[in-house]
Amino acid sequence: MPPLIEFRSVCKFYQMGDTEVRAADHISLSIDEGEFVAIVGKSGSGKSTCMNIIGCLDVPSSGTYLLDGRDVGHMDKNELAVIRNEKLGFIFQQYNLLPRLSLLDNVAVPLMYAGFSRRERREIARRMLETVGLGDKLGNLPSQLSGGQQQRVSIARALANNPSVILADEPTGALDSKTGREVLALLHKLHDDGNTIVLITHDNSIAATAERIIRLEDGHVVYDGPAHTADAGIHEGGAGS
Amino acid sequence: MKISECFVLALQNIRTSKMRSFLTMLGIIIGIASVMVIIGLGNGMEAYMTDQFAVIGSNTLVVQITGQGSSRTLDPDQMYEIVASDPVNFIDVSPTVTLYGTVKLDRDTLDATSVTGVGEDYFSIKSYELREGRGLHYMDIQERRQVCVIGSYVADEWFDGIALGETIRIRGAIFTVIGVLEAEEDKPYEGGIDDAIYLPYSTAARLSGSGRVSSYTVTIVSEEYADRSKTALENALFDHFRSDDAYAVVSMTQILDIMTQMLNVMITVLAIIAGISLVVGGVGIMNIMLVSVSERTREIGIRKALGAKERYILSQFVIEAAVTSAIGGAFGIAFGYLMSSIATSLIIRILEVSLTVTPTAGSIALAFGASAAIGVIFGFLPARKAAHLNPIDALRYE
Repeated sequence: MPPLIEFRSVCKFYQMGDTEVRAADHISLSIDEGEFVAIVGKSGSGKSTCMNIIGCLDVPSSGTYLLDGRDVGHMDKNELAVIRNEKLGFIFQQYNLLPRLSLLDNVAVPLMYAGFSRRERREIARRMLETVGLGDKLGNLPSQLSGGQQQRVSIARALANNPSVILADEPTGALDSKTGREVLALLHKLHDDGNTIVLITHDNSIAATAERIIRLEDGHVVYDGPAHTADAGIHEGGAGS
Repeated sequence: MKISECFVLALQNIRTSKMRSFLTMLGIIIGIASVMVIIGLGNGMEAYMTDQFAVIGSNTLVVQITGQGSSRTLDPDQMYEIVASDPVNFIDVSPTVTLYGTVKLDRDTLDATSVTGVGEDYFSIKSYELREGRGLHYMDIQERRQVCVIGSYVADEWFDGIALGETIRIRGAIFTVIGVLEAEEDKPYEGGIDDAIYLPYSTAARLSGSGRVSSYTVTIVSEEYADRSKTALENALFDHFRSDDAYAVVSMTQILDIMTQMLNVMITVLAIIAGISLVVGGVGIMNIMLVSVSERTREIGIRKALGAKERYILSQFVIEAAVTSAIGGAFGIAFGYLMSSIATSLIIRILEVSLTVTPTAGSIALAFGASAAIGVIFGFLPARKAAHLNPIDALRYE
């Protein structure tokens, strides 16, 4: 079976004034279905660029990115929008819920773009919110919820359209450690249910809970392997080897 | 995603910022209302003019005799003969001699009152009814008697309704009131049709100085054949004068047409000026939509990350602008109706003219269509800006 996510020598270069920034410099990696992978790195390591490319929010300057066997590197904006809608579920650090919509409507947004009828959307969204334990707050506004609850709503939203990959960008970054652990536990539960999860974080203790770690530095992959080895560098404050 | 979803989203957004949406709509509301009132005013004026002409009689021809270019003259008897000889076209004729100058009662001066010398058939031509006394008789004209028939306004305003036998001084001559006409208008007013004094034309001609009758009112068989009858009269007059500079025949229908045309031009110009305020309203919508796009950059980023295509974002914002504008249009129509009825009552009270400002269904449909179109046109630029936002930058936007 081909990998779910495959980077073949992916590069992303930006021009900043006179200097060329190599945010991703010939990165090759592959992630299989059902994995729980943490992409770790400090600020400027290229992990955000990596996430944007995996999330089809950006396209590589060169190299090939295959998602579910399809080359998404050369798709136009509308095709990428469809891929994001069907294949990817985003979880953001700042939750990114739409403040004026109820929880139910928030979770239903990706379903709306997927073309589900209003009735189907509400039904699926309700089920998703029940899954994350918020079945009793369907009509609430995001502002009426705590941070941990809001993040659970965004997880429900990420799950709604049954994506191939759940992409979590610093999902615990805005939460206290206790709620952070709860959210992480929820992600693990989703992983146990068979979902593929890609976690992007700078926090080694969070990364350590994953099965596999991909460590980035200056646009290069410096480690790719199991989380529980010395080489993963998770006990050295993220220095890596 | 269906278009109907965009309408739901648009209404949600408008509802969450009511004050701002209302202020945005205000330009459209005022624009639509003013276009409506102006077009309504035009309709009212046209209807009023048609009414007034109906009172004067649109089945009449007015003949002016100048006598230029011909050594011949035309006296009233000859004119009566011309009309009597062609019953297919003409029914009746009355000479009309308009006297300018002041009319005096004991101490008062009547400035606006019209004084006209007419023939004995004039009142039947105009279908004016007598309220009391009698009309002008053949003998009054033959003998140039100093008698007069007055309009109801003159009788009621200056004689408290009891005018028979009273005297009026016109150009130094004293006239006795022998008859009072029924009011032609619901509310007679100064300078109106009912503010009039009628004398025998022969007497009036003598007072006028020239001593001649230079104007005639001819009733024709049917309004429908106004053109044919006009030509017949012109031919008869040409036969008499042997010159077409000596006379002019104007049909009331023609005058009404010309006046209506002039009025339409005027109203169109005014409506265009009012229409400019609609454009200003549209710019207001564009401005607010641009602000809204900036404010909602993050929302746009989120929606794009969740799979919204560019055209969904585009239609969301275009429809929001169009809905805002259309709601403004609907309010504008309501406001326009209100202003129309206020304008109507003001006109009646101040000008004492029964003119109704009547917006037509067509103008309302046009106004509503225009407001929605303005929303689409002026909403397009901000919407395109939103649709083209880069999702990564939009998500990072604080």
